[in-house]
Amino acid sequence: MTTLELVRLPGRTAVRGPWGSVVVHPRAVRVTTVASLLALAVGVLSVSVGEFVVPVPDVVRALFGQGDRSSVLVVQTLRLPRIIVGLLVGAAFGLAGALTQSVARNALASPDVVGVTAGAAAAAVSVIVLGLPVPIPLAAIAGGLTVAALVAALTWRDGFSAPRLVLIGIGLGAAAASLTSYLLVRATITDAQRATVWLTGSLNGRGWEHARPVALALLLLAPLALVLGRSLTTLRLGDDVARALGARVDRARLGLVLVAVGLAAVATASAGPIAFVGLVAPQVALRLSRTPGIPLAASAACGALLVVAADLAARLGLSLLTGSPTELPVGAVTAVIGAPVLLVLLRRAARGSTA
Amino acid sequence: MTLTTTNALTTKNAPAATAAESAAGPGAGPDLRTHGLVLGYGDRVVVDGVDVAVPTGRISVVVGANACGKSTLLRGMARLLAPRGGCVLLDGRALHQAPTREVARRLGLLPQSPVAPEGITVGDLVARGRAPHQRWWQQWSADDERAVTEALTATDLTELAGRAVDELSGGQRQRVWLAMALAQETEVLLLDEPTTYLDLAHQVDVLELVAELNALRGRTVVMVLHDLNHAARYAHHVIAMKDGAVVAEGPPASVVTEQLVQDVFGLSCAVGACPVTGQPYVVPRGRAR
Repeated sequence: MTTLELVRLPGRTAVRGPWGSVVVHPRAVRVTTVASLLALAVGVLSVSVGEFVVPVPDVVRALFGQGDRSSVLVVQTLRLPRIIVGLLVGAAFGLAGALTQSVARNALASPDVVGVTAGAAAAAVSVIVLGLPVPIPLAAIAGGLTVAALVAALTWRDGFSAPRLVLIGIGLGAAAASLTSYLLVRATITDAQRATVWLTGSLNGRGWEHARPVALALLLLAPLALVLGRSLTTLRLGDDVARALGARVDRARLGLVLVAVGLAAVATASAGPIAFVGLVAPQVALRLSRTPGIPLAASAACGALLVVAADLAARLGLSLLTGSPTELPVGAVTAVIGAPVLLVLLRRAARGSTA
Repeated sequence: MTLTTTNALTTKNAPAATAAESAAGPGAGPDLRTHGLVLGYGDRVVVDGVDVAVPTGRISVVVGANACGKSTLLRGMARLLAPRGGCVLLDGRALHQAPTREVARRLGLLPQSPVAPEGITVGDLVARGRAPHQRWWQQWSADDERAVTEALTATDLTELAGRAVDELSGGQRQRVWLAMALAQETEVLLLDEPTTYLDLAHQVDVLELVAELNALRGRTVVMVLHDLNHAARYAHHVIAMKDGAVVAEGPPASVVTEQLVQDVFGLSCAVGACPVTGQPYVVPRGRAR
C-alpha cells in the first residue's frame, strides 16, 4: 500500500516514500545483513557446543524454555548470557571504533588505541588490586571517561587535529597501561590473576547482569549515533567544506565522540578491554562495503561477529589443543586475529602517506 | 540594526547596476558586505577593519600579495572565522548570528584545495552539496535530484558521475568541487583560489565556467586569485588588499594599474591592453631591470 520508489545513484540507492527519503549503500546493507546473520549463527553454534553439547535444534527449543531441564539450564543460564554479552560488546566496540575513526579521519583513532579502554582497565585493576569498595564496571566507565576527557582537553587547540589526538591518546594509554602494570606487580597473586583475566577481556562467567548495561547503552546510543552520524557524510569532506555546507562541526564531533566513548567504556566495563575490535571491525566493514566512509551499522555487525567468533575459537581452540577444559579469554583471540590486520593496515597507511 | 550606507558603498555599487549582462538587477538578490571586519588567528590580526560591499550578481576578485589577508577575508565572509571586530552582513543580518544551515542555503564556499574522501564517486560528492537542504528523514528529494543533475550538466560531468573522484585529473577534480558548490544552489559563491595547482588550460577552463555561471545564472561570485591577468579578465570588480586592508577596489581598468601593482606587490611592471578582451594586462619588468 505504501509505494516505495528506488532511485539508483552512482554507488548508492535512494529509497523514497511518503515519509521522506533515505540514501543507502546497497553493499553496506548486504554486509550488515550477512555479518548480523553470521553473528547470530555463530552465537547459536557457540551456545550449542562445549563440555555439555546441546544439539542446535534443542538450543532453539531451550531458548523458548522448551526441552529437558538441563538443556534449558545450560542454554539460558550458563551460555546464552555469555553469547549475548559477546554480541552486544562486539557491536558496541565496533560502533565506537567506527565513530572515533570517522571523526578523527584516521584508522588508528579507535577507543582501544587512544587510551579509552586502557583508562577503563587501569581503573578496574585499581579496584581489584586495592580492594576499593566500588563496582568494577562503574570504575571502568569512570576510568574510560577520564582518559577520554584528558585526551580531548590536551588535544583541543582551536579544533581537533587527528594526528595529535592519536599521539596524545597513545601517550595517555601508555601511562594508564604502566599504572596497570605497577598495580599488577604490587598485587597479591590471586588479585593479579583476577585482574589479568579481566584485562585480557573475557566473557567467562558473564551473566545477564553484564548484558543489561551494554544493551541499555546500545539501545540509547546506537540510534543517536545513526542520527548524529548523518553529519559524518559532510564532516568527511573536511572542516571548511562541512562548515560551508552548514554543519555545526565541533558540536557534531563532540556529540559523536561522547557517544563512542560511552559505548566503549560501558562495553569495557562488561567484558574487559577486548583488544582490536574497535580498531579492526570498522576497517573490515569499510573494505567489504566499499563506501566512501566507514559504515556504522556494518561496523557494529562486524564487531559482534568478530567477538562471538573469537569467543567460540577461544573456547574450542584450547580444549582441542590441550585436551583440558580451560578456556582462553576472548581478548587473546581477537588480538591474534586483529594484530595481523593491524599490520596490514599500517603498511597501507604508510604507503598512502608517502604516495 | 541600523546601518548607514557609506558613500564608498554607493560608488562601488554603481558599475554593477549599469552593467548590461547582469541577470539580477540592483536591489534583487543577496547583499553581502563587511563592516569594519577584523579577523585573525591566535594573537595575529590578519584582516584589519575591512569594509567591502560585494556587488550583487557580479564577479568580484580579491587580489594581493601572499599573506595580505585575502583568503582570510574570504573565510570571514564564509563565516569560517568568527570576527574579532566588525561584522559580515548578508542582507543586513550578521552572518555569525544566523543559523548556519540557513546561511548555507544562500552562501556557498569552495576552500583552497579540498580533499575528497577516498573512493567517493563524482555523483556522490556533488550530491553532498545538497546537505543544507536535507534532513535525516529527507535525504534525496526530487529537488536534490534536479539540482545535482543540473550541476553535473553545467560542469560537463554527467558522463563521469559514476567514476571515483581520486581517479580524475586535477582539472576534472576541481570541476567536481565546483559542481558540488553549484548543487548547493546558493546565490553567493565564494571561491578560494579555484585555479591552484591547475595547468593554464584548466585554469582558464575553471574561470570560464565561473564566468558562465555568473552570466547565465546571475550568481554573485567572490573569488581569490593570484594571477592579476586572470583577475583583470574575469572580474567585474577587483578588490586589492595589502597588509590586511583594502587599498583599492573598482572595475579592473581603474584598479589594475602600474602604480597599484607597484604598491601592492612591490613589482615593477608595464600594464597594457589585453589583445583579447581589452582589459588591463600586466607584464612584469622584473626587479633586476
